Amino acid sequence: MSQTSHTPTAGGDHPRPPGAVRAPQRRLRLAAYPSLLAMPALALLIAAMGYPLLTVTLRSFSDPSWGLQNYVWFFSTPVNVTVLWRTFSIAAWVTIVCVIAAYPYAYLMTAVGPRLRLVLILCVLVPFWVSGVVRTLAWVILLQDSGIINSVIRLLGFDGVKLIRTQTGVVIGMAQVLLPFMILPLYSVMRGIDLRLVQAARSLGARPARAFLQIYLPLSLPGVFAGAIIVFILSLGFYITPALLGGPRSTMLSTLVQSQVLSLLNWGRGGAMGVVLLVATFVLLALAAPLMRQRHKQASRS
Amino acid sequence: MRLAPSRLLLGLFCLLVAVWLVMPTLVIIPMSFNEKKSLAFPPSGFSWQWYENFFTNPDWLSSFFNSLRVAGLVAVAATLIGTLASLGLSRMKHSGAGLLRAILITPMIVPGVVLAIGIYAVYLDYQLVGTTTGFVIAHTMLAIPFVIIAVSASLEVFDARLETAAASLGANRFTTFRTVTLPLIAPGILSGLLFAFVTSFDEIIVALFITSPYLKTLPVQIFTSITRDADPTVTAVGTIIFIATTLVISAGLIISSKSTRS
Repeated sequence: MSQTSHTPTAGGDHPRPPGAVRAPQRRLRLAAYPSLLAMPALALLIAAMGYPLLTVTLRSFSDPSWGLQNYVWFFSTPVNVTVLWRTFSIAAWVTIVCVIAAYPYAYLMTAVGPRLRLVLILCVLVPFWVSGVVRTLAWVILLQDSGIINSVIRLLGFDGVKLIRTQTGVVIGMAQVLLPFMILPLYSVMRGIDLRLVQAARSLGARPARAFLQIYLPLSLPGVFAGAIIVFILSLGFYITPALLGGPRSTMLSTLVQSQVLSLLNWGRGGAMGVVLLVATFVLLALAAPLMRQRHKQASRS
Repeated sequence: MRLAPSRLLLGLFCLLVAVWLVMPTLVIIPMSFNEKKSLAFPPSGFSWQWYENFFTNPDWLSSFFNSLRVAGLVAVAATLIGTLASLGLSRMKHSGAGLLRAILITPMIVPGVVLAIGIYAVYLDYQLVGTTTGFVIAHTMLAIPFVIIAVSASLEVFDARLETAAASLGANRFTTFRTVTLPLIAPGILSGLLFAFVTSFDEIIVALFITSPYLKTLPVQIFTSITRDADPTVTAVGTIIFIATTLVISAGLIISSKSTRS
């Protein structure tokens, strides 16, 4: 790997002078427009994502007739507003659960030896080894009334808990699916924290808790932030897990979109819901992007 | 090292998180040998019947081969298009590169259902519902971001001076790319290929919308089986996928550790 190490003094600033002399014309064309290489990808993106999203947006304003009636319907129907609110609250719960579970876990990953670290990393990656739908089925097996979790609870002498088809069950299942997206960014930030700073604080008389709160926690916040944003945004669009683990009282927006389009064939209303979901996602992303960049800068400066 | 109570607490908490992460994968395996047609835990008895069902039932087999075919085509197409795009992005110097990169990876964050109804609407107009072409186009679009991320990561540590050196020694652009650039970014391309394959093989939301009785992919078959009845064949399929993935990843680890040693 030594040949790939990159020194900051000699970057790609010089556009390869010797080659330019050798084949001036071809070199000039390709070197001038390297973005051409990205055009096939962009074309496919426009055809398979841009055009479909445009179609959905157009139908939300035009089906069955032009106007805002689909959006008026969406925001004036209590069920929809409830589901929209629930979608955000489930996403928030999943994010909170992920932060609480991932923070100590990522910290332990940085604190242990290489062997144990490999085991911890494997535990994060194993969930990806089985297809997502199968994993959701596994959660059905685990959470059902006669499932493992309830058996353990009864073994401990408590009453069984209703988990399947409840919001709690959905949050447990979704958080497990999304936990890697929280652990990995956290780990990469924590790995870069200079632990001597914490030692310095301790040697200056700070108690462990204070050293953690004043030094370590602020330095690890960019990771928390990056992970939380990813988890929250991905949760908003979840479809399979709530559909299989949830009941009628834990329906999320994606399921409503699906039933409007596939069961009721109402493209206008389904489209309007989709646009609401899409706008929420991008607004969140736009709000978070500058904040994340700023945090990163702060972290690298200190 | 002495074991302070706070450390013990941390260890226990993380053990719990690890169990939470791994348990759903592992619970699938014993369930697949269930004798009864039920998904109640613990399973009773031992039988291979669900594996037998998977390998003899035309519904399961055809959906498996459909997924394999679509994912194979998607892996090739997405790797080709995505690698080209990464090469272009890495050579762009002005600020447009960041914007273009952000645009190219948006499929990762657009909510699946919104994308799915859009693609479904367009495919209905162009008669692409339930066709291999339709699946490959949609899944390639979804897989390209993963290829771009993987290849860009290996291009970031790639030393551009090596290309200059090759060119100064008389290699033309294509020879330089084939003999210098390509071998050095090959690991990134390979992991991009793998990610693209898995993305397509595992994709369910768009697939649920553009599927037809004549062309079902494996995740769609699994989903309909779960929602219809408690058929343990699903757990057998899950176990097979788990073992196959384990083998592929172990092989990859062995190959990469050998190549770094030499």
